[in-house]
Amino acid sequence: MSAARRILLLGGIALAIVGMCHGTWYAVFAEHQALDRIGGSLATAFTHASERNAAQATVALDVYREAKYAHERQVDAHGHWIGLAMLLIVVGMAFDRISLVEKQKLALAIGLLAGATLFPLTVLLQIFSHGALPRVLTIASSALMIATLAITAVGLFANRASS
Amino acid sequence: MLLLGGIALILTGMIFGDIFAVFVLHQNAARVEEGLSAAAHAAVAGDSTSVGGSFRDIGSFLENRGTKVDTHVHMVDFGYLALLLAIVQPWVAFAEKTKRGLGWMFLAGAWLLPAGVFCIHYVGLAYSLLRAIGWASIFADLGGGCVQLATAAYLVGLCKRFRSPIAVVDGLLELRTNAAQRLLAGGLVLVVLGFAHGAYYAATDLYRHEAADYEILSRVVAGSASQDAVRVDAALAEYGQLQGDKAVKIAAHAHIIEFGLLAMILAFFQPYVNLSERWRARWVVVLLTGSVLLPVCVLFELKFGLFAGGLADVGGLMVIVALVAMWIGIVRYGGRLDDSGESAS
Repeated sequence: MSAARRILLLGGIALAIVGMCHGTWYAVFAEHQALDRIGGSLATAFTHASERNAAQATVALDVYREAKYAHERQVDAHGHWIGLAMLLIVVGMAFDRISLVEKQKLALAIGLLAGATLFPLTVLLQIFSHGALPRVLTIASSALMIATLAITAVGLFANRASS
Repeated sequence: MLLLGGIALILTGMIFGDIFAVFVLHQNAARVEEGLSAAAHAAVAGDSTSVGGSFRDIGSFLENRGTKVDTHVHMVDFGYLALLLAIVQPWVAFAEKTKRGLGWMFLAGAWLLPAGVFCIHYVGLAYSLLRAIGWASIFADLGGGCVQLATAAYLVGLCKRFRSPIAVVDGLLELRTNAAQRLLAGGLVLVVLGFAHGAYYAATDLYRHEAADYEILSRVVAGSASQDAVRVDAALAEYGQLQGDKAVKIAAHAHIIEFGLLAMILAFFQPYVNLSERWRARWVVVLLTGSVLLPVCVLFELKFGLFAGGLADVGGLMVIVALVAMWIGIVRYGGRLDDSGESAS
């Protein structure tokens, strides 16, 4: 089996395990608290509104926004890690059919694995920093993933056309 | 075992998703909107007790919806993973008995997690020893642990094989049939389209949706505090539209990629589908057509309403029917092997 294929198969299964561990950690230690915080802060905002306390209502809404922002990114990272991992495994199995030389295939496999690992990681980074850097990194890693997958598709179609 | 178990998981997850979409999803969304409206109007009236009651209802509706979505997604994804692990079995350097044991462990966990998640809404914290986590969650986590352990063990088996010099030849990966090549090509196109749509959504809608969510709720709260019911109603109507827009775009993105992945995985199992080449080709067309129809119609659901929703359900049904047909073909293949084994003995 080629090195490129090994990278994709082993990397894909390892990434799926990382995604599952992250999901388990989140479900056991953080999700219940996050959902309570989201629901609780929104209820508090409305309660303050009923007491005509607009300032406190805004504070509670800010807590709601922050909690929901973090929760959605945790769920997105979990889902994308596992989804991309499965894609790596299935692409790995078809990788020998791509009409590229071995060196190019290796670079492509590394690019796919890097994109699949970094994209969800940069989504998680957005929780800790609301600045431009994590968003730029997310765009860059997703672009890497799309570009490498598109090259894989072209390679597969080229092989099909030639055979 | 992993192959048939994986397809059974995917089928059950898809049928569950279809039932959920038709009978629960829209009704539940309407109840959440009604609850939010009731909370806002209670706030306008200065009735903080009713606000609390409305939010308890909203919490219950959201939990009901969330656990059912999680059941559907986990069941389908574990099915995909089971199929992928089935393909790599020839490279896992363990004894047949160990591999079978790991397969059972994986499948047990893959059924236990979604079943546990499904029960969370109904069991709650009854008889739980913990303050925030109920028995259903504990069993779901146990299921997740089984899947993780089995997957990690397969990874170790693969690493062992790759370190040994013995070469493994596997006919599954040859993709000789037309049906397999079409599924692989079609699946890859669907995945690339799904990625492009996801990137477009992230660039144009994601942050706008998040900002709008906060901004609209701020208007509802401010309107409630100033007892402006007209402003509250206008903002609530906008909030409903926003949630619908967000839901259909995310569902379209997720479904097109999932169906693409499914098509690519099924490409490798075509040699095992004991049907004539013509029928295999027909089921490929049905599967790929359904895979396009569902996400596209979901995307247009806000514009064309029930018509698009109905067509999306037809798309889902086409995928399910094609998958059942391939599953039967694989069962027939197993039966053929058993027959030949018996006659040989």
